[in-house]
Amino acid sequence: MTRVLIVGNGPSAHRLAETLTSKGFAGSVTILGEEPRGAYDRVALTTHLTEGRDLAYPDIPGVTVFVDTKVVSIEPAAKTVNGSIPYDVLVLATGSAPFVPPVPGRDLDGCHVYRTIDDLDAIRTSAKTATAGVVVGGGLLGLEAADALRGLGLETHIVEMSPWLMPRQVDEGGGAVLKKHVESLGLTVHTSSGVLGIEGGERVTGLRTPDKGLIEAQVVVFSAGIRPRDELARGAGLQVGERGGIVVDDGMRTSDPSILAIGECALHDGQIYGLVAPCMTMAEVAADRIMGGQAAFTGADLSTKLKLLGVEVAQFGAMAGALDVTYLDPVAGVYKKLFVSDDASTLLGGICVGDAAPYTTLRSFVGAELPAAPSDLLFSPTAVELPGDAPVCSCNNVTKNDVTAAIKEHDLTDVPGIKACTRAGTTCGSCVPLLKKILTESGVDTGSGLCEHFAHSRAELFTIVQVRGITTFTQLIDEHGTGRGCDICKPVVASILASLHNGHVLEGEQAALQDTNDHFLANLQKNGTYSIVPRIPGGEITPEKLIVIGEVARDFGLYTKITGGQRIDLFGARVEELPRIWRRLVDAGFESGHAYGKALRTVKSCVGSTWCRYGVQDSVTLAIDLELRYRGLRSPHKLKSAVSGCARECAEARSKDFGIIATEKGWNLYVGGNGGFTPRHADLLVQDVDTATLMRTIDRFLMFYIRTADRLQRTSAWLENLEGGLDRLRQIVVDDALGICADLDAQMAAHVATYADEWRATLDDPVKLRRFVSFVNAPGTPDPTISFTTERDQIKPEILQVMSR
Amino acid sequence: MTQTTVLETAGERVWEPVCPLPDLLPERGACALIGGEQVAVFRAHDGSLYAIGNQDPFSGAYILSRGIVGTRNGEPTVASPMHKQVFSLISGVCLDDPGTVIPTFPIRVTMGMVEVSVK
Repeated sequence: MTRVLIVGNGPSAHRLAETLTSKGFAGSVTILGEEPRGAYDRVALTTHLTEGRDLAYPDIPGVTVFVDTKVVSIEPAAKTVNGSIPYDVLVLATGSAPFVPPVPGRDLDGCHVYRTIDDLDAIRTSAKTATAGVVVGGGLLGLEAADALRGLGLETHIVEMSPWLMPRQVDEGGGAVLKKHVESLGLTVHTSSGVLGIEGGERVTGLRTPDKGLIEAQVVVFSAGIRPRDELARGAGLQVGERGGIVVDDGMRTSDPSILAIGECALHDGQIYGLVAPCMTMAEVAADRIMGGQAAFTGADLSTKLKLLGVEVAQFGAMAGALDVTYLDPVAGVYKKLFVSDDASTLLGGICVGDAAPYTTLRSFVGAELPAAPSDLLFSPTAVELPGDAPVCSCNNVTKNDVTAAIKEHDLTDVPGIKACTRAGTTCGSCVPLLKKILTESGVDTGSGLCEHFAHSRAELFTIVQVRGITTFTQLIDEHGTGRGCDICKPVVASILASLHNGHVLEGEQAALQDTNDHFLANLQKNGTYSIVPRIPGGEITPEKLIVIGEVARDFGLYTKITGGQRIDLFGARVEELPRIWRRLVDAGFESGHAYGKALRTVKSCVGSTWCRYGVQDSVTLAIDLELRYRGLRSPHKLKSAVSGCARECAEARSKDFGIIATEKGWNLYVGGNGGFTPRHADLLVQDVDTATLMRTIDRFLMFYIRTADRLQRTSAWLENLEGGLDRLRQIVVDDALGICADLDAQMAAHVATYADEWRATLDDPVKLRRFVSFVNAPGTPDPTISFTTERDQIKPEILQVMSR
Repeated sequence: MTQTTVLETAGERVWEPVCPLPDLLPERGACALIGGEQVAVFRAHDGSLYAIGNQDPFSGAYILSRGIVGTRNGEPTVASPMHKQVFSLISGVCLDDPGTVIPTFPIRVTMGMVEVSVK
């Protein structure tokens, strides 16, 4: 069995291990990483600092990872590392180290680099006691670091040696537009400026420049380029480049055939690659070679498109040419330039600042004949149809043909489907608009209808019902649909009517729309019995109420289990028993927990500052208030929430649709989290807000979700598909960019004002109670097919006979 | 189990009363226990009545009377509340798996009373 040992645990190493596993590699794969954590998405590093986002990559099954493990030596003759760890194939994915210019004072407290999560955590700590910061280096990473310092509330300076920012991606004209953008955000840019030294005692007090004097700052971040980490390779006698980098061939092999190198430490054809896309390609080439293939790395497209400090910047192909066509709008801050051959027929490259739309389509035309006049291309590039072999996602090397083929083969209808099948759009995400365009080109109706009865999406039906004031399913399907509905559209319409009008879900015609769970206000289990979950707001319950639940369960012979949402589930009730069970629960002060509905389930909480030594806010009171506010709110799918009283996060709020974590100053609100089939950590929507602001923001978030989500789309998938993502959501629910917040507020106020307990109302209504029988012609008779055995002193359903076919 | 049509044949059929017609909610089912047989009865939006076996052949549970009633290409249907397979109320054929067929029974209204025949 081949033993593959990977040194380094960055994105390249992760991709290599992942590719080997997914291709069914039969040997063992072991990763040694020096960082104290597993692999994470370095490209999104800044979001860790400003939004606290969790960047960890998922674990790869079958791959052994040792963190906190530094490799100090390789013994190529013995095929071991650190003198004892054996390998058959060794892959060096040691990455690079930030280059820190040898200026005096560079080791002072407050000086940092920008590379790892630990670096970022250190910057955050320094920033707490600082008012100003300087970034040395105005390249891609430097601007990202500057954005991070700005996000931490520091007055921020950028010092760049070149006469303009991002000299590797834009020319002087683009640099001028970029500088204006950056300065409009309140940052100070010092171009054509070197660094004489860092001043201070133990702690940094400033940075000295030759002609701008002293820039006062308590934090300095060096972002002046990277150097490949080739020290291990040097020690092992492998061939390295004159200016660093482990020399590799097209198969990623070093001068020792058993040792490969990939990523930022590898020197291929005299070139080091610091962008994520070529590093991923190297990882895939290495995987193929390890498995006996002949894949080759033949250099990479260094095109870049990114959004920094809110400005889109893109560069593709050459940065010079015989002729160029330039568009400049200094007011809007847009600069676009195309380079073409001297006969103006061939596209050579381009630069965009402020609007990167030409990048997505035109990049694939580099070296080819121009598809239209250059000036047209600068204005409406999306009208151009891409050739089939055009790379769509360069991070994962996916062409338009690959995407089109996947759409056909797997009947894909949306972007998440394309992501899952091709990986396109899963790394930097810049090609997602293009993926949508290809879907449309492939004849996929991306605004597909709900089912055969309605050609509308759920969101469209919601608007129709709201605007036209429709109150019944019959009116809606007569005027806007065909047939008499089905198990897909009926519950959707029931949910929309309930969200908008908040009447009893079993009232009149609405009763016929409900799924069996809503119809019997309980959860159907596998043997045809139902389970019951009384609401226990925030998970707080008195001993008296606990005793009532215990007595009810004992008297009706129910199986009891504690749920994940801090409630108690009672299983094994027959239909005809439900009203009698609920009579006792309602009399004891319980109400419906809506475990059966697409509705708010529970707001879980930790014990909070009332009891806990570490709690900073009263999480239990907030959880109860939230649960009582949103109880009974019908939504496209179930809603879960939690409140943690401090950053230790014992309530696991970030796995919820909306989760709240207490801070010293107030509350942080996270949205779009999920456990379940596709786990996702919730994203930070607002920070350090007071309770009133928090509730208002949640009101709007929930109502906006209810209005616009698809059927059975949890907030996590909804947020991922929301055009403009989290930023757009914030603009809508915080800054009221659509002018709908007053509406959303009013809708939630109406919900809160009209809430009534469904079970209490049902018990008071003999008509609604009539459905709770096993047999309409023998109301007192229990279903004879339901029977139980005993396990661990509780009931358990007998296995049912499935009819033979 | 053989399929039967809604047509009444000569005198040998036995009709069992189930419930008064108003007790059947439009587009909602109910279950009747007739001689040990569980029969799911439905009332469609246009007033037509249907009777099928109550057992869901996929899960084995007796629950089809609690499914959502609707139409597929105009054919009246019920969806199993367990795992959502859709059955024709006319033929008992599972439209998502035509090899699976559940029994259907004749149903009628006499003097305002819904009646079903299981033999």
